[in-house]
Amino acid sequence: MDTMRDRFAPVASRLLDEDPRVAVVLAVIGSDSFEEARRRHPDRVIDVGIREQLLVGAGAGLALTGMRPIVHTFASFLVERPFEQVKLDLGHQDVGAVLVSAAASFDWPAGGYTHMAPGDVALLDTLDGWTVHVPGHPDEAETLLRHAVAAGEDKVYVRLSLQSNTTGRPVDGAPRLLTVREGRSGAVVAVGPVLDAVLDATEGLDLTVLYATTVRPFDADALRRATEGAGTDVVLVEPYLAGTSTAAANDALADVPHRVLGLGVGRRELRRYGGVEEHVAAHGLDAGSLRERITGFVGR
Amino acid sequence: MTITEENGRTYGYADLPGLMSLMSGDEKHGLAATSTLDALWVLYDRVLRVGPELTDDPKRDRFLLSKGHGPMAYYAVLAAKGFVPLEWLPDFGSYDSPLGHHPDRVLVPGAEIGSGSLGHGLPIAVGMALGLRAQGLDEPRVWTLVGDAELDEGSNHEAIAFAGPAGLERLHTVVIDNASATYARPGGIAARFEAAGWSAVTVDGRDHEALYAASTAPHPGRPHVVVARVEPKYA
Repeated sequence: MDTMRDRFAPVASRLLDEDPRVAVVLAVIGSDSFEEARRRHPDRVIDVGIREQLLVGAGAGLALTGMRPIVHTFASFLVERPFEQVKLDLGHQDVGAVLVSAAASFDWPAGGYTHMAPGDVALLDTLDGWTVHVPGHPDEAETLLRHAVAAGEDKVYVRLSLQSNTTGRPVDGAPRLLTVREGRSGAVVAVGPVLDAVLDATEGLDLTVLYATTVRPFDADALRRATEGAGTDVVLVEPYLAGTSTAAANDALADVPHRVLGLGVGRRELRRYGGVEEHVAAHGLDAGSLRERITGFVGR
Repeated sequence: MTITEENGRTYGYADLPGLMSLMSGDEKHGLAATSTLDALWVLYDRVLRVGPELTDDPKRDRFLLSKGHGPMAYYAVLAAKGFVPLEWLPDFGSYDSPLGHHPDRVLVPGAEIGSGSLGHGLPIAVGMALGLRAQGLDEPRVWTLVGDAELDEGSNHEAIAFAGPAGLERLHTVVIDNASATYARPGGIAARFEAAGWSAVTVDGRDHEALYAASTAPHPGRPHVVVARVEPKYA
């Protein structure tokens, strides 16, 4: 199967063809895959070199002239390293952009901690007005990329990952939780590529499973509705920092007694290389570990 | 060159200290913020194609005040040129005033960017120059004003190093050099721009004719920097 990242350049290249306002801004990473698009649109495919403060600042400058910039590099160099540019050059200047990241929390474990960004969504949560898409399948990534670019002047983050579910679900870029399974003993919210593991983990359990690919804004209404049938024990399983959406879930249920367990990538630096599956297991996000942690929490 | 009208009268360079004193309530106090005053005046009075009636015109020149500290001179020039009502000046910095100690583009008519945190204007200006070029808008020039100490921020060097080889001819920077940088070397400012392929001129930042000549000098195929030297901040 191809990856979400494999879809990125072809989709963005088509968007460059379709809309003269679209520009792609890169910092070397991913640049090769835009070679053909650059020949067709030399002024709108811009590689600024390994300069991530300029990457985001120049994206903002493009937006200030009325363009729709798609800004791309690894998550750690897109959100973390130039975070003040994200905060000020986009947010404070009151302009939008589509930030598309790759490498996610630990897509390249052999690359070590420098190329891991489990905190990206939590960092964006400190800012106002960001839409955050976390696709769980390359087909979903394609839909969400198109939706992000078409979203007016919005500030949108699209988090691409090598981790993927086996099949894509119908997503439309709206902040909604899809009901995948219904049960009465609790609700589990699975975000993006963790869905398959969550479905395996909860097989045969009397649990509602909700699926989110657009996590900001958070669909508080759907979570409240789900708890009417499933009860107010809620487990969040996120492919980034554990607990990132715990506050959003608590806010959604503020007027009812409830319990929330936030599962995801741990804060502690593992100092391990290896492969993705090993890191999934190390953070307790494999189906077996999830089942243990979920059954240990709900209905107690 | 003092032709502008606001409330039925014109304001010139000689009026700027008075406008600034409306903000400071004290003419002497304002002087600390005036290292930028002459360059700002020459640009707004004689160089930039901007005006209150052009703030939404895609063909207008863009001026980005990157050095947002001490913006009284900037506000005074914007008021003299009719962007900002004079009545706003005395409330400078108050809760209800659009005029803060760092400017906010959302609140200040004519301000192309909000600034305050140093080192953001030049990278944004690069993006603006790219955006205008991509839209076939060949006329507008993009200017950004930075301080010599502001150039200590590494983000500027990402922008400088990119803009030269990228041939961003419409991009201009004026560096107000009041010798406030830390670990500076003589001549280091122009040398760093030149090493990156910029056209560079260093002038007396109080000499209006020299500033005008430097700001309008041709620089085909390259971005252009004017280093405007003024009296040292800590002398």
